Amino acid sequence: MTVTTRPPTGSAPGPAPSRRSLGDRLGARLSALPTVAALLIFVGMIIYGEAAYGRIVQFSTLSNLLVNNSHLIILAVGLTFVILTGGIDLSVGAIIAVSSVAGVMLSNAGWHPVAAVLVMVLIGSALGLVSGVLIQYFGVQPFIATLATMFLARGLASMLSTVPERLADDSAIRELATQLKIIDGEKVNDLVVTPGVVAAVVIVVLGFLVLHRTRFGRTVYAIGGSEQSATLMGLPVPATKLGIYVISGTLAGIAAVVYTSRLGSAQNITGIGWELDAIAAVVIGGTLLTGGTGFVLGSVVGALVLGLMNVLITRDGGIRPEMTTIITGGILLVFVILQRVLAARRRSETG
Amino acid sequence: MRDVAARRGAIMRNPAFWGVIAIAALLAINVIKDPSYLSIGYNGETGRLSGNLVDILRAAAPILMIAVGMCLVVATSGIDLSVGSIMVVAGAVSMELLSGMDGSTGNAALTLAVALGIATALGAVNGILVSVVGLQPFISTLVMMLAGRGIAKVITGGQNTTADNDSFAWLANGYVAGIPVVFLLAMAIVALVWLLVRRSALGLMLEAIGMDSRASRLAGVKRRNLQLTVYSVSGLLAGVAGVFATASVMTVDVSRTGYQLELDAILAVVIGGTSLAGGKFSIGGAVIGGLLIATLDKTVVFLGIPASATPAFKAIVIVVLCLLQSERVRSLFRHRRALRAQSQKEAVAA
Repeated sequence: MTVTTRPPTGSAPGPAPSRRSLGDRLGARLSALPTVAALLIFVGMIIYGEAAYGRIVQFSTLSNLLVNNSHLIILAVGLTFVILTGGIDLSVGAIIAVSSVAGVMLSNAGWHPVAAVLVMVLIGSALGLVSGVLIQYFGVQPFIATLATMFLARGLASMLSTVPERLADDSAIRELATQLKIIDGEKVNDLVVTPGVVAAVVIVVLGFLVLHRTRFGRTVYAIGGSEQSATLMGLPVPATKLGIYVISGTLAGIAAVVYTSRLGSAQNITGIGWELDAIAAVVIGGTLLTGGTGFVLGSVVGALVLGLMNVLITRDGGIRPEMTTIITGGILLVFVILQRVLAARRRSETG
Repeated sequence: MRDVAARRGAIMRNPAFWGVIAIAALLAINVIKDPSYLSIGYNGETGRLSGNLVDILRAAAPILMIAVGMCLVVATSGIDLSVGSIMVVAGAVSMELLSGMDGSTGNAALTLAVALGIATALGAVNGILVSVVGLQPFISTLVMMLAGRGIAKVITGGQNTTADNDSFAWLANGYVAGIPVVFLLAMAIVALVWLLVRRSALGLMLEAIGMDSRASRLAGVKRRNLQLTVYSVSGLLAGVAGVFATASVMTVDVSRTGYQLELDAILAVVIGGTSLAGGKFSIGGAVIGGLLIATLDKTVVFLGIPASATPAFKAIVIVVLCLLQSERVRSLFRHRRALRAQSQKEAVAA
């Protein structure tokens, strides 16, 4: 893609965060601005929704928002890693399809649920590895390599089955979607979490820690800033690049487990276009597609913005369903223009 | 001796060469399945050619059109994810207009003009977002991709609108000199675009933008205007493809027309040796890529494999072609050839 939008200042966290100069700190804060803006818009949407439709700020609505979007949050965490290095992963939606179809079929064939879940996750890792090897060792562009993986995964899913595969009612995998009441509210207004939500939260925390507290994470940011410089600095660029695609694939496999357990069935057309939702969530969360700048927590906010938007559209009732994608596109456009304005201002301040 | 080797190396390095080989291999597989696969029939009454090859050409036409537009966009190191959605908008506009009018040729022409105008305008919006606002091409066209399909659904009210107009249907189903009109038009578009970009400095300017947009500006290339133009052209060509895709059945399927065709177009362009990094492009390569994808689609169906499994075969073709183009694999071959030559030399010396 174009490199002209990349700001000239390296805004990746430096190796010695305690001794950052004023300019660096200003740069870091400005790079967080899109994420803060996303958070503000999320809060604004909640306030608007509460004022216009009511029953938004309550336990059941908010916990449903998490339950229904936990798979998207997991995907967005994986894509944050990839996009931070300046890459892209188009295969995650298709990985969910092949992983969930295979998992349901294995489970129904009498496999132990733990084994079936393990296979689902490993399918994701394996396909992620395929993308990573193509990109790192054969010099294929990430867009094309992950497009190939996407086609491969979608095709495999279709070869396995083209009809909805229903998970047996007594399958233990369904228990991953059990709603656990944390706060028992009035009537149905309970604060509930599912193991899927817990998994999503754990993954977000792990993603945050890995990106900001480990050598691997700093390498990810460094590759996004400039792959050549990262290599010259002696950072393990090949292993890291391979690693992020494996991470993205593995997380797609986990997302498949979470989604399948909630829905109780799987089909070869599951997850079409989810890679775009996840990319949109990452971009809304303030990660630049050119790499180097962004936060996992921002991507979580991005995923929640998309989820909340669907809730509001459903609540409104007057918005025709065909308008949904137009609104999604519009919101995405507003966010990237905002980012663009901020990037331009940052450049004029520092340069 | 060295000259021949160098020339052979140049051919081997040309990705389009491998595309041709792949097409030939697929056709060979079909011939093994059915020896009469390549035969072309001629119907004396209607003057039409018929046969599997003609079908492939007809199926390739829409992909060729959007691939040519995509090729120009990719040359400037951009990407256009919205072509599939612009196709469905053009189809929705034309069906919606035709369904309210009588089936005269004038109405068909009017509809065509309106549909293509709207498609060009949507492409121009992409162009403005990329060139004037300065957004990344991926995001700008992703927005248009999401919005476009929504716009098409709003236009038809979520229905799959059907219409009747013989002149309009002729565009997609008619024949001239025994060859489908769509294919002739696609080739005319390809030839026109090729002449425009390769017989003037236009192509070089696009490549300059793709190599280094700042340097190209310093060299006096009008980046904004050119980017606006290529995205508009990509939109226009997507509109043409969309009109053909709907005219062949005279129905627009708002959720399926043009669906994921942007991926096919990008593949066609990449198979043809145009790097997504921009800076160089090959229209001839994109044509071969488009023909390869159409051949692959038809082959999978012909072999009786469920159409929904087609993507897996596309993946195999992409991976094989990418590996053949990869430096690592090529140096592996070179290394082995060098080793063999060396051992031969040693054997002679001994």
